[in-house]
Amino acid sequence: MADLRNNFVGIKSPNPFWLASAPPTDKAYNVERAFKAGWGGVVWKTLGEEGPPVVNVNGPRYGAIWGADRRLLGLNNIELITDRDLYTNLREMKQVKMNWPDRALIASIMVPCEEQAWKSILPLVEETGADGIELNFGCPHGMSERGMGAAVGQVPEYIEMVVRWCKQYTRMPVITKLTPNITDIRNPARAAKRGGTDAVSLINTINSITSVNLDTFSPEPSIDGKGSHGGYCGPAVKPIALNMVAEIARDPETSGLPISGIGGVTTWRDAAEFLVLGAGNVQVCTAAMTYGFKIVEEMITGLSDWMDAKGHRTLDDITGRAVPNISDWQYLNLNYIAKAHIDQDACIKCGRCHIACEDTSHQAITQFVDGIRHFEVMDDECVGCNLCVNVCPVQDCITMVPLAAGTLDERTGKPVDPNYANWTTHPNNPMARQAAE
Amino acid sequence: MGTMESGIHRGRLSPAQYEANFSDLHAPLDDHEALVAADRCYFCHDAPCMTACPTSIDIPLFIRQISTGNPIGSANTIFDQNILGGMCARVCPTETLCEQACVRNEAEHRPVEIGRLQRYATDIAMEQDKQFYARSEPTGKTIAVVGAGPAGLACAHRLAVNGHDVVIYDAREKAGGLNEYGIATYKAVDDFAQKEVDYVLAIGGIEIRNSQMLGRDVSLADLKSRHDAVFLGMGLSGVNALRTEGEAADGVEDAIDFIARLRQAGDKAEVAIGRRVVVLGGGMTAIDAAVQAKLLGAEEVTICYRRGKEHMNASEFEQDLAASKGVSIKHWLQPKRIVSRDGKVAGIELEYTTLSENRLVGTGETGIIAADQILKAIGQTFEADGLGALLLDGGRISTDAEGRTTLDGVWAGGDCVKGGEDLTVSAVAMGRDAAMSIHRALAADVQPATAVA
Repeated sequence: MADLRNNFVGIKSPNPFWLASAPPTDKAYNVERAFKAGWGGVVWKTLGEEGPPVVNVNGPRYGAIWGADRRLLGLNNIELITDRDLYTNLREMKQVKMNWPDRALIASIMVPCEEQAWKSILPLVEETGADGIELNFGCPHGMSERGMGAAVGQVPEYIEMVVRWCKQYTRMPVITKLTPNITDIRNPARAAKRGGTDAVSLINTINSITSVNLDTFSPEPSIDGKGSHGGYCGPAVKPIALNMVAEIARDPETSGLPISGIGGVTTWRDAAEFLVLGAGNVQVCTAAMTYGFKIVEEMITGLSDWMDAKGHRTLDDITGRAVPNISDWQYLNLNYIAKAHIDQDACIKCGRCHIACEDTSHQAITQFVDGIRHFEVMDDECVGCNLCVNVCPVQDCITMVPLAAGTLDERTGKPVDPNYANWTTHPNNPMARQAAE
Repeated sequence: MGTMESGIHRGRLSPAQYEANFSDLHAPLDDHEALVAADRCYFCHDAPCMTACPTSIDIPLFIRQISTGNPIGSANTIFDQNILGGMCARVCPTETLCEQACVRNEAEHRPVEIGRLQRYATDIAMEQDKQFYARSEPTGKTIAVVGAGPAGLACAHRLAVNGHDVVIYDAREKAGGLNEYGIATYKAVDDFAQKEVDYVLAIGGIEIRNSQMLGRDVSLADLKSRHDAVFLGMGLSGVNALRTEGEAADGVEDAIDFIARLRQAGDKAEVAIGRRVVVLGGGMTAIDAAVQAKLLGAEEVTICYRRGKEHMNASEFEQDLAASKGVSIKHWLQPKRIVSRDGKVAGIELEYTTLSENRLVGTGETGIIAADQILKAIGQTFEADGLGALLLDGGRISTDAEGRTTLDGVWAGGDCVKGGEDLTVSAVAMGRDAAMSIHRALAADVQPATAVA
């Protein structure tokens, strides 16, 4: 049996599945239910400073996009940080931590960008027995208009400054949560590291409008005929999150900085992908909001079974394993040649590979052979682009088959070169020519 | 009364049972069901379902229109190819046409529910009386259409769209042909056939003359002289005779007459049915008659077919439907003698059959099935008078691919034509295509090709 115990910057939890700071972690009732269901930890919904709590809209807070069979692919949220009294939250956090000492309990915090505000709240949080704090520099709506959340996360100097305050005023581990609504995720990550953060967590939600009501011309979710951008999350954002996690994991300046991976984690596979790209654990929200807390059972068993099957014993054995394989485009091997291959027994003859290739790509897939509907790759036209694989409705029906070194590439008429060669030395690269000259 | 009373009686069931038995065979899809079903379509390229449809409806497109919340646009796509798309959605043997070709069968053995989705879209458009076509400038031409069945209606509609005036001559009291008289009641509830006729006629320029039979009330020569073109779209009015001893007994009836009587009966309780019913035949008509006999309250209904299951014209789906309603199907039995008592049917003597050198022969072994009603569904034939010099081939009208007969100015399509498939949807395709052929011929007439020096 694989050992799923997680030690993230000294915070221990029985598994690497935490619930992200969000509606599911708003109060003791939900968090207790989550722990009963098996979640390893929670990041409590973001606390604000003492005083009258923030207010939320009283109309719809979420918008969504769906795939086939109305499967939820992306969710957008205009809810703000907790709208409950600070002391109510602190009291409940303390009680929950006492009830569940083996689970991780992290306090997410967002207060104004002033030293005194942070200095005031940190001892209150520390007193609850929370295992750590997460700095909410990511909330993209509402709070950012008030100079908090993403408004801080978009300015690396502010990040560094606030992290420094937190490290100064608390002994608790500090996790800095990053917003994806920036150009280069490495800059805020580097700033957090300079400030002394123990870890970063990402991604927070992405600025988004999920849809527009075509009868009223109001964006959704519509509040009295008006809409505001919200924070986008769910399966649709996973690829963006994976890239940002990987960027930080392989950046020489931040390499080794612990990462809590967030963004569209829905299954054990998603979680495993974050881990191998450098995340020490993952945080989940939309999947739980879609299906309930029970999904963690699938995540735990799936990850464990995969680790057993592959002989990985602990999370340390898998974290970051894919990082060395992330490369800049210019270093990809241009002598690697693959061709699509269609398994005729699995093919259901829908013709989508053909029309995708014919209309939009390289005219490399037949529709008829000897007058019979038959889809086959023409190796002399196939550039190996993988579009057919992606549009085929049957898994593993079309696969990319690498050509062995020395075999003839019918498209170029040349044998496959066994040697690695990339763009930096390619004769068509003007920079390469200059270097040669 | 109940099912146990011997003899042929009406009112065997309670009003609630009649109501339940003759309601929609398949309930229409609601919005949610339609979206779920539509999501399963892969939007295939050059889709096999579309190729399998005799009217070549763009099925992937109409399903995509449903899934994107545009059922009206979807109906438009359907009607562009098949103005009787509503009835075809109900009666097409989709399991041997579009749904058999669906690529979902390859991996899952369960096709997209194309027929029910087609009904969903067309029902919405027809309920809103959404008309998609406007007539072209009047051409001043009139065309006679004989028969107001699927072929005739499809032909008339397409001609009307193209600006021609149409007069439909139909032998029956009501238009619709087999859709009105020949389809099982539970496949076209709520007077759908007449609603569809009204929907088709709403284009304008089509006049229907009822009770006008070719050969009795009009002749082909009359029609040719009165109109610029003629389309013959008659059905099969003749039935094969059993030629069996005792056929004249009370309680022996042609299945198509039974089906028509039932369709026309306002109150199904008024249609009398035997306690034990034997249906002779192996096609769709036999199934429709047998299932409905059961639904009318017969205790035992047996289909006897002289060949094997694999030779039956009724589709697998229809056979399963019959079995699910409690009809038993016996194979390799041919009628030998109808047994009667006091002039009424009491049973039927049947002889087992076998294939000997590819010929069907009796084995000499016989048996009797008790019955008080026998329905004959052993095939229909094309019978028409007044066709003049029109060339027949194998008992039906001979045409080319466009529907042109051997007589100038006369087209034909549907069941009356050689090569017709006895399918509503094929009749629609032939009527529609003949209309386009007529239109081209008349257009050439109006605007002769200009010689270029």
